[in-house]
Amino acid sequence: MSARDDILAALRVGAANRRASASASDPVLPARATGDAIALRDRFVEMARFAGASVGSAVAAGIPAAISAYLSKERLGDRVVLAPEPALVSLPWRSAPRLEVRTGVPGPEDRVSVTAAIAGAAETGSLLVSSGSRTANAAHVLCETHIAVLPAGDIVGGYEAALSRLRGDGGAMPRAATFITGPSRTADIEKTPQIGVHGPKRLHILLVNE
Amino acid sequence: MNSAARGFPERAAAALADPVLGAALDKLQGEFRRDRGAMLSRMPEFEALRDRAMTVRNYALADMDGLLEQFERNVIATGGTVHWCRDAEEARATVTRLCREADAKTAVKSKSMLSEEIALNDALVDAGIEPVETDLGEYILQLRRETPSHIVMPAIHLNAGQIGDAFRKSHSDRDSGRDLSNADALLAEARATLRRRFLDADVGITGANALIAETGSILLVTNEGNADLVHTLPKTHIAVVGIEKVLPTLSDAMAVVRVLARSATAQEITSYTTLVSGPARTDEADGPRAFHVVLVDNGRSKMLAGPYADALRCIRCGACQSLCPVYGAIGGHAYDAVYAGPIGAVLTPALGGLERAPHLPQASSFCGQCEDVCPVRVPLPALMRRLREDSFRRPDIAVAGRRLTRFWSWAARRPALYRPGLRLGLAMLRLLGAHRGAIRSLPFISGWTGARDFPVPEGGSFVEKWHASGREPKR
Repeated sequence: MSARDDILAALRVGAANRRASASASDPVLPARATGDAIALRDRFVEMARFAGASVGSAVAAGIPAAISAYLSKERLGDRVVLAPEPALVSLPWRSAPRLEVRTGVPGPEDRVSVTAAIAGAAETGSLLVSSGSRTANAAHVLCETHIAVLPAGDIVGGYEAALSRLRGDGGAMPRAATFITGPSRTADIEKTPQIGVHGPKRLHILLVNE
Repeated sequence: MNSAARGFPERAAAALADPVLGAALDKLQGEFRRDRGAMLSRMPEFEALRDRAMTVRNYALADMDGLLEQFERNVIATGGTVHWCRDAEEARATVTRLCREADAKTAVKSKSMLSEEIALNDALVDAGIEPVETDLGEYILQLRRETPSHIVMPAIHLNAGQIGDAFRKSHSDRDSGRDLSNADALLAEARATLRRRFLDADVGITGANALIAETGSILLVTNEGNADLVHTLPKTHIAVVGIEKVLPTLSDAMAVVRVLARSATAQEITSYTTLVSGPARTDEADGPRAFHVVLVDNGRSKMLAGPYADALRCIRCGACQSLCPVYGAIGGHAYDAVYAGPIGAVLTPALGGLERAPHLPQASSFCGQCEDVCPVRVPLPALMRRLREDSFRRPDIAVAGRRLTRFWSWAARRPALYRPGLRLGLAMLRLLGAHRGAIRSLPFISGWTGARDFPVPEGGSFVEKWHASGREPKR
């Protein structure tokens, strides 16, 4: 017998009894994941900041200027690599003349990436992002600074509601989908909290107001 | 006596005498208590979330066979491959073969307890493939040739000086006069060193925190973001996973996510919680060309059919280690097992055989805090108690006090003998302790009284008091 057959056969020993005693249950949603749009937006911002992200907001036409202002305030230079999503490329980048915008896949030399998030989960201030034909997954983890653009209307309560926006026609998953909650962190040296071990040192969320 | 059993008291004594370890464990457990308290006050529904996670793990274990088949179908549908391995040897051979087929010289790895369980790194090195651990704690341990001493904080037993020494020795291309005296300098050097390794690696090896049957996805949870670089940059991604990790749906996985980080580090959620489904699509901007899931049994299917199946619910958060008074006194290495602390005391003998770890179920005061914090309510004290019973019945396993216990058990079933004997014994104990109020040493249990005084008994036995109260036992 193959290893597969052996393992499956062993798992079937006593399986009927286990199935009879196992009970199903409905998902439990924390109260924090429920509320109207305004409450969820407030909670998303509060929880994202609690996790160490910074959060700003602008109308769509003001996003390039908001990015430029954030970079100069934090002294992070003027160059960004932009994921070529239509919603990002169509923004009025010429309104922020100091920015040097390159579209494409980030490499090791890039310091700031700008991507579009799919949803925000208010329960923990988590962004849901995914890889795809336009957005490289590296754009979420490779650069020292990650700026994520999220329409305020895409803030939902819990993780399940966020995931339901992710799955395409027929329920297909993207290759990689990540809930990002604050910057990269570790406590592996003497349990001291430290920011930016492999992934971004800074996560800046820009909410797009309607 | 078994060699592991003989070594445990000596290793525990050495650990107790280590001041660096003692300070690290005090900090770990003190801060864990404080941070967990704060987490509980932020999340009033935490008990309901634990119940939900326990239920999910239970019905997943009950359906493991069908769920693994469904998982396999869906991995294939996304363009990936599934490999089944009965034991550690098959798993090592499979991963090594997959690395060779990818012409791999180096493999970057994110943290995986299963990789430790099957000793994967040794096999890769033997095959000429260099494994590079990228979780900061695991990387430090790899440089020092050590094993993790905690499930989620693997290098908790080390201080910054020891880590600096390891970096100085291993990163020999750097300026020998550089300052490595603080955690920030260590972090910057690790980031720069490992960044090059990520970019050059041929294969990325991860574990998985869950397998999701309905989508064929694997769940990866990290704070550092290293797993995301591991599964994104190299051309091949291999996930090595224990079969018990399978869950039916994404919603079930979220039930586990809601208790995992809260129990591990008292965070609301880890910085990165990722679902990986297959290799890069044909039009995808980046990602690996090949995606392999290596499913490993290694004792799990047998354990599922036996009395220790409840421990298969474990989601490897390490909370039982972070609160256990025995773990807090001796740390993880004294256990000499991949899984230390209360969960290790059950998993190690349940997966690998009691004869290989006879000392582990004895390393508990049965205070019950492990069960109180377990996010999936594994009844760890009851399982350890049962393992002690198993040990007692097995002549090949040394059990301290076995003859004394046998004698007591024989006598206790003979009240006509036991009661007068007990009266005589109590009278003798009172006589021994009369002059100083406590008894310094006793025959047969000198090991126990070597470190403590035996209290002088007051009054008569329980049965005498019961009769004196005039009550009768219920029938």
